[in-house]
Amino acid sequence: MTTPDTAANERTDQYITPGHLACPGCGATLAMQWVLSVLGKDTVLGLPACCFSIISGAFPHTPMNVNLVHTAFETGAAIASGLKAGLEATGRGHAHVVSWAGDGGTFDIGLQALSGAAERNEDIIYVCYDNEAYMNTGNQRSSATPRFARTTTSPAGESMHKKDILAIMAAHGIPYAASASIAFPDDLTAKVEKAKHITGTRFLHILVACPTGWRMPSDMTITAARLAVETGVFPLIEIENGERTTITYLPEPRIPLAEYLSIQGRFSGMSKDEIAEIQRWVNERWERLMKTADVSVP
Amino acid sequence: MKQLLEGNHAVSMGVLRSRVQVIPAYPITPQTHISELLAQFASDGTMDARYIKVESEHSAMAACIGAATAGARTFTATSSQGLALMHELLHWAAGGRLPIVMACVNRTLGAPWNIWNDQSDSMSQRDTGWLQFYCEDNQDCVDSVLLAYAVAERVFTPAMIILDAFILSHTTEAVDVPDEMTADRFLPPLNNPHAIDLDSPRAFSPVVAPDHFTEVKYRQFDAARRALTVIDEENRRFKEIFGRSYSSIETYRTDGAETIIAACGAVCGTIRAAVDRLREEKTPVGMLKVRTFRPFPSELITDAVSGVSTVFVLDKSVIPGQGGPLAQEIRAALYDANKRPRVIGAVAGLGGRDITVDLICEAIRGLEKTKDTPQPFFLGMKK
Repeated sequence: MTTPDTAANERTDQYITPGHLACPGCGATLAMQWVLSVLGKDTVLGLPACCFSIISGAFPHTPMNVNLVHTAFETGAAIASGLKAGLEATGRGHAHVVSWAGDGGTFDIGLQALSGAAERNEDIIYVCYDNEAYMNTGNQRSSATPRFARTTTSPAGESMHKKDILAIMAAHGIPYAASASIAFPDDLTAKVEKAKHITGTRFLHILVACPTGWRMPSDMTITAARLAVETGVFPLIEIENGERTTITYLPEPRIPLAEYLSIQGRFSGMSKDEIAEIQRWVNERWERLMKTADVSVP
Repeated sequence: MKQLLEGNHAVSMGVLRSRVQVIPAYPITPQTHISELLAQFASDGTMDARYIKVESEHSAMAACIGAATAGARTFTATSSQGLALMHELLHWAAGGRLPIVMACVNRTLGAPWNIWNDQSDSMSQRDTGWLQFYCEDNQDCVDSVLLAYAVAERVFTPAMIILDAFILSHTTEAVDVPDEMTADRFLPPLNNPHAIDLDSPRAFSPVVAPDHFTEVKYRQFDAARRALTVIDEENRRFKEIFGRSYSSIETYRTDGAETIIAACGAVCGTIRAAVDRLREEKTPVGMLKVRTFRPFPSELITDAVSGVSTVFVLDKSVIPGQGGPLAQEIRAALYDANKRPRVIGAVAGLGGRDITVDLICEAIRGLEKTKDTPQPFFLGMKK
């Protein structure tokens, strides 16, 4: 088990202050705190439509203590490309440009711009904070929604498995792509620290549990996020240059998936067969990962 | 220095002389030559600019927005479907009060497919909050880039310079390209006080609730309206430095005219020739060129046509079920005038169909007959 990095912990509220508009127990807000605690004040956020468009507002107030550029849903990576070029052109190229997007803006509507930026190897950090549905608009499915999860647009349970965004991004050959979790802040901040010192497109996929959308009490955020990793449904890995995959946390033994599913209202009503099917899916993916990846656990 | 330049390259030279810093661009016919020459300038060091090879026009405008928010002077170019694809972000750029300049090489919009010239693309973006300047010739193209930045950076409103595809874009003319020093004198480097400041973080284009939204929009509206005065001032400054001038509207042989032909863009050159011919036939006609279409110079237009009996408006685009956009705007402008000439709306030149001097002369000669024709009537249609 990891323990939070106390030094980073002390710094977390420098860049997002109390008074933000997140729901109680919001995992995304924690992710933002951890990421900014590593990147520091010379960070410019490009923010396509997502929960954070609301969390970080509203005019004339903002809880954010870094420059923040709100933009249209599908433009996260494109606006970041422009921000970086504009900062370079005006003598401030050292600033980190972060595109901060939800799963909808990343997996779905923003994928074209993201692929374009990755192909150009733009010098940006793209963070997808993934709460596995369009939570800002009241929990509609995205292509990050897990199979059988109930959302308002998949009321009988989602029919498709979650898209493997990390593999898609790694396939662009970008220097760094990694998954991270708010329940593992040491691992998360180490990855941000690593990304910070790389030039080119860096992609961070952070699973952020969402009590509102996942239909669970607001004090379950970390528990759910932790179980996602411990059950193996959300492996913590990094992929460098599209080739070398490293598992950065090894859940041993892996906790049965049912434990993760049972605490979330969005999976209520799943049959034993369905749970077994998902468990099989997780097992297969995990075995494949173990065959191809190195394991490097600090 | 005089150079033989096609309209597209004239635009590129304007961009070079404007010392643009960031150019996100996506190729589309007939705009491509603008971006190609700029790519050349950026890659061979002629220009100290970052050229971003984006994957779509939508991303081109998003990248412009990012770069302009950072405080850089930013340019892109597009046409037709590409402009339509940008539509959402044109609102973001204008609402974000970013002084981006873009060239739109006028090409019609599908369906059906057609790569040739008319003004349906830019006209359908007239309500996005962008300033719109329609060019008549290639000299206009190079100068308009400099002028557009000068205005946009004073009123914090993006500007579109518009040139007719092929008629200007691919046609060569002798163009006086301003030298660097003179261009710099007219257009100093951009120092946008409303840009990203690392020492004093800001939130750009955040959620604005109903209790503030109207006031934000009013400021945007007011800036666009004030732009008419600023355009006038910058035109005068341009004339002092370069000796050439561009006013928001221009009239030709309107003294004693009973009919005025109004239009935007390169077709005004053809209209001039038609006016000359009609005047030789003792038909009292003149021309009104609307160069600034946004903001719409209603008062200037009303003054220019007061006293004539007919304004014949030639639109190169049509709003299905409505009419031509320029005719619509002129009619609206005249509503409050004391003396209202009748306004006849005609549509011509769609999808690249040639507008000839003959066609215009014929239309004017037949004006009495068209009095009761449902409007707009389509000029030169095959039977």
